[in-house]
Amino acid sequence: MRIAVCVKHVPEGPSRIDPQTLRLDRSGEGALNHFDANAVEEALRLKGDTDTEVVVVSLGPQKALDSLRKALAMGADRAVLVSDDAAVGSDLVATSRLLAAALERQEADLVLFGQQASDADGAVLWAAVAERLGRPVVSQAMELSVDAGSVRVKRQTEFGYDTLEAPLPVVVAVSDAINEPRYPSLKGIMGAKKKPQDVLSLAEVGLDPGDAGEPGSRTTVLALGDPPVRADARKIEDDGNAAQAIVDFLAEKRLV
Amino acid sequence: MSTLVFLEQHGSELQKGSLGVLAKAASLGDGEVAAVIAGENARSLAAEAGKFGATKVWICEDGEAAQPLPQPRVDVVAQVVADGGYDSVLFANSVLAADVAAGLAARLDAGLNWDLVDLELREDELVGTRPALQDSVQVEVGWKATPRLALFRAGSFDATPVGGGDPEIAQVSPSYAPHSTTVKLVGQDAEESSGPSIEDADVIVAGGRGLGSPDNFTLAEELAKALGGAVGATRAVVDAGWYPYSAQIGQTGKTVSPKLYVALGISGAIQHKVGMQSSGTIVAINKDANAPIFEFSDLGVVGDLHAIVPKLTELVRARKS
Amino acid sequence: MSRPSNFPPPFSPSDYVAEPSDPADERIEVGILIVGAGPAGLACAIRLGQLLEEHPETAEALGDVPVAVLEKGKQPGSHLLSGAVVNPRALHRLFGDRFRLDELPSYGPVTGESVYVLTRRSALPIPPPPPMRNHGNWIFSLSQLGRFLAERAEESGAMILPETAAQKLLVSHGRVAGVRTGDKGRNREGGELGNFEAGSDLVAKVTVLAEGTQGHLTGVALDRFGLSGEEPQVWELAVKEVWKVAKPLDRIVHTMGWPLRGGKRYREFGGSFIYPMGDDMVTIGLVVGLDYRDASLSVHDLLQELKTHPKIRRILAGGERVEWGAKTIPSGGFHALPERLHAPGLLLCGDGVGMVNVPRLKGIHYAIESGRLAAEAAFRALQRGESPASSLASYDEAVRDSFIWSDLHEVRNMRQVFGHGFFVGGALASAMTMSKGKVEVGKLPAEPDADQPLLLTDRDRSYPAPDGKLTFDKLSSVFASGNKTRDDQPNHIRIERRVAPEVAELWAHMCPAQVYEVGAEDDDGTVIVDVAPSNCVQCGAITAKGGRLTPPEGGSGPEYTVT
Repeated sequence: MRIAVCVKHVPEGPSRIDPQTLRLDRSGEGALNHFDANAVEEALRLKGDTDTEVVVVSLGPQKALDSLRKALAMGADRAVLVSDDAAVGSDLVATSRLLAAALERQEADLVLFGQQASDADGAVLWAAVAERLGRPVVSQAMELSVDAGSVRVKRQTEFGYDTLEAPLPVVVAVSDAINEPRYPSLKGIMGAKKKPQDVLSLAEVGLDPGDAGEPGSRTTVLALGDPPVRADARKIEDDGNAAQAIVDFLAEKRLV
Repeated sequence: MSTLVFLEQHGSELQKGSLGVLAKAASLGDGEVAAVIAGENARSLAAEAGKFGATKVWICEDGEAAQPLPQPRVDVVAQVVADGGYDSVLFANSVLAADVAAGLAARLDAGLNWDLVDLELREDELVGTRPALQDSVQVEVGWKATPRLALFRAGSFDATPVGGGDPEIAQVSPSYAPHSTTVKLVGQDAEESSGPSIEDADVIVAGGRGLGSPDNFTLAEELAKALGGAVGATRAVVDAGWYPYSAQIGQTGKTVSPKLYVALGISGAIQHKVGMQSSGTIVAINKDANAPIFEFSDLGVVGDLHAIVPKLTELVRARKS
Repeated sequence: MSRPSNFPPPFSPSDYVAEPSDPADERIEVGILIVGAGPAGLACAIRLGQLLEEHPETAEALGDVPVAVLEKGKQPGSHLLSGAVVNPRALHRLFGDRFRLDELPSYGPVTGESVYVLTRRSALPIPPPPPMRNHGNWIFSLSQLGRFLAERAEESGAMILPETAAQKLLVSHGRVAGVRTGDKGRNREGGELGNFEAGSDLVAKVTVLAEGTQGHLTGVALDRFGLSGEEPQVWELAVKEVWKVAKPLDRIVHTMGWPLRGGKRYREFGGSFIYPMGDDMVTIGLVVGLDYRDASLSVHDLLQELKTHPKIRRILAGGERVEWGAKTIPSGGFHALPERLHAPGLLLCGDGVGMVNVPRLKGIHYAIESGRLAAEAAFRALQRGESPASSLASYDEAVRDSFIWSDLHEVRNMRQVFGHGFFVGGALASAMTMSKGKVEVGKLPAEPDADQPLLLTDRDRSYPAPDGKLTFDKLSSVFASGNKTRDDQPNHIRIERRVAPEVAELWAHMCPAQVYEVGAEDDDGTVIVDVAPSNCVQCGAITAKGGRLTPPEGGSGPEYTVT
């Protein structure tokens, strides 16, 4: 079996948005998005001691290789990075197009995503990628097993827990409750460099510059501002009626 | 402008979040506002959509859409967008809706802005507002082409009826993509009765060192129970062994954004703040008037929580019954 | 009143020496193992890379991984902190003509220099000391320089292993065989979590310890091989911040005096530095000798107080703090150097063994030079196929012949004259004249910092209440160091937890990261010290003042970027 895990190299430390480009400043240090570590871990658990191949796939700048290497150090077998200046500033439409193109070539039975990207707070990528790949998708997986050509997933929704089954090939997004990612062993870290790492351009995944970056995107960022100050913030001293004042406040906000 | 709102149903009810989005769309007052409901009982729920501003409701009661799964809904909504010529499609965030919105974005190559908290019509252009970087900045976003897809943060708009009349009802029965119908729901369990988990709770009551002793965590627990919420703790009290690490909220614990966060005896050090600052409403009770938490709470109460909280719990219980 | 040394920590260096215990096929073998990706360790790796490139046959003999560098921080630079005004001579010697100085990530050469003696409200300029003492020196962020050196080291073939702590020294048949790395994934009680990963034996032909100040295995090795020098090592604590500023600073600034007190009984020696970092950033730090006696002294809070001085306020006006950090500096000088810098299979470099010129506050170029010399000694020994047990003595010879030795020897008595001050000769003399004797100097015998008797004043009443803009509380500072240490790790700090109240107060104020708090009092008058180890930024102050820092799980601690 082949499992492809989509991972992202995200900025570390205090993030800021560049006021010129209105995009997240990715010039500093970065790391493997910690939610994606859950997806890598799940792939490695499914792999176990079998000859299942785990490929990590990412879209990003050259230094995203650092995060891919971390996944290799954890035990993934191969890494593929799509890196092209033309892809900078890609929104969901463009990113999903690029990732789907990269994933097509991998012909993976199972494609895994993490719960969200810590930089964009988005929890939407996998459904768009699954649509482009023409595959079923199951998200928020807290338990995952593969058996006889299909997956079985337990997931949590607002209403409780669902158990779902879907045939391979499938896309599954795992929640951070699914596992505790392993620490790479020293041997793993040392062996990571030797594992295959391919860096591909847009052309090498069959796309044109117009499919990515700004031209390939359908949304824009217009302006950056300060968050709204908590309007009507109040501070009171307890004169014996604080409890009632709190209830009144909550009632006003329809919280109780 | 003509807008389509995805209404989510669960059981025999329409979800309040999506009705709130519908009411918001109606309030923008520009062009037609329609809704789409897919699932069993869709027809019986259509009238309610009218009350919140939909003049037309598309319903799909196909067997393929019977289970609460996203992909058949992508087929349904795509068909409605084509049939109705809608230029905007709005969703209220949920596990289901997020997957529908994203799948639709890929299906139609349409721009999707998510985590929005507001929407405005500015000179014929739709402008969305969303927080970013753990709610430390606010960003305005737009769309370069139609259809425009928007996914709103849960609870962004109140579901206030606008007093609309009966909507026109249209049936839709799309052809389903082969991959849309292969996922099967084989089991369902209701929420565990021990209360919501911290990550999903709408209400969290968190305790800090100001509680004074581990026994006083019962104050937080009782209040949480009364409010139907979960109990959280600061790093300081978890370190001291007063409460388990699984309840720790903060930089090195969990990050939460419930609708209501009640902070008892918590000073508001930045390590804690970054774990809960995007909560909808923050109420803090602390006897130190200079506690940093008062700088970012909506209601700050300077007082003795040991006196205030039991009374508060009683009042909340009384209100609920 | 008690001294901290009355309450020794539950720590024994011999607990951290072990024979290799992993089965042979699980042991990881490298050629030369360097512990610490700081300027010393990376200079060693870079020099080795140069030598191995010229001598590929030696490289072959070192196996798959000829050079490995262990780093306990998240990445090289994460635990590096200094001023820093660097003497470029060692960088020139290391890089030769491969890099020009302006190709390194610096903030340019020093363009001007001022020294002030401060009082609460005034700043008395001292006539510039011996002409442009820092003329020819360059301003760097050590953290950034570390990242640059790490990239060069990797390019030259070294394998850098971040997030890896060296926990034990492997010694076999009286010879250092390598290190055992620390476990990961243990909980506070020491039990194994779901993702527990045991440490490994990393064996090497030569081990170079370049751990920096309070190096854990360096201390263990000095004890194991009886290498300690004639005088005990002593330290200073430096706490600093990096600020974005509205107005460029056009010179480096050093201050003495306020907020430190001149009285002899306080023994408060030190001063501050304010260096420009380009046009839009400035770094400001306060350095205080850890032989101070007032248990209510907090270097962190004195730095906050310093910032309220009108002159300093003006420099920072309109600005914003972007990073904070703390680290100790070994200040024993020449007499505290170990009597030997090598042992069978082992070489010792840099701050770990106290190669710091205290009056000039310079140590980075000695670290780099010592790393370079260690590389040459190790290489020569391996090239000749000599058993490393016998051949590393050439390192000591090389260090004694180098400017490290001559510089440190030259200022060996300055400590007597300046205590822990920064400035050579005329500077202090001028200071004494101009300040009308406010700056005191006395004869200072060397005693361990933890032996200093304590006194308690109400000094903490003058620490400013944090306003979140100019002044900050300790927890905000810890946040600004990038520290996100996992909370449920085992406690890596060894201290006696039941102590005299003044010792608990000492630690609580001393620690810039608020790790220690005075806890419950007991009937016998002692108090319990509460410890929050995940706040720790591994500055090492506790080791100087009665406790012992050991390395926590690899990857923990601060994540400095521009310190």
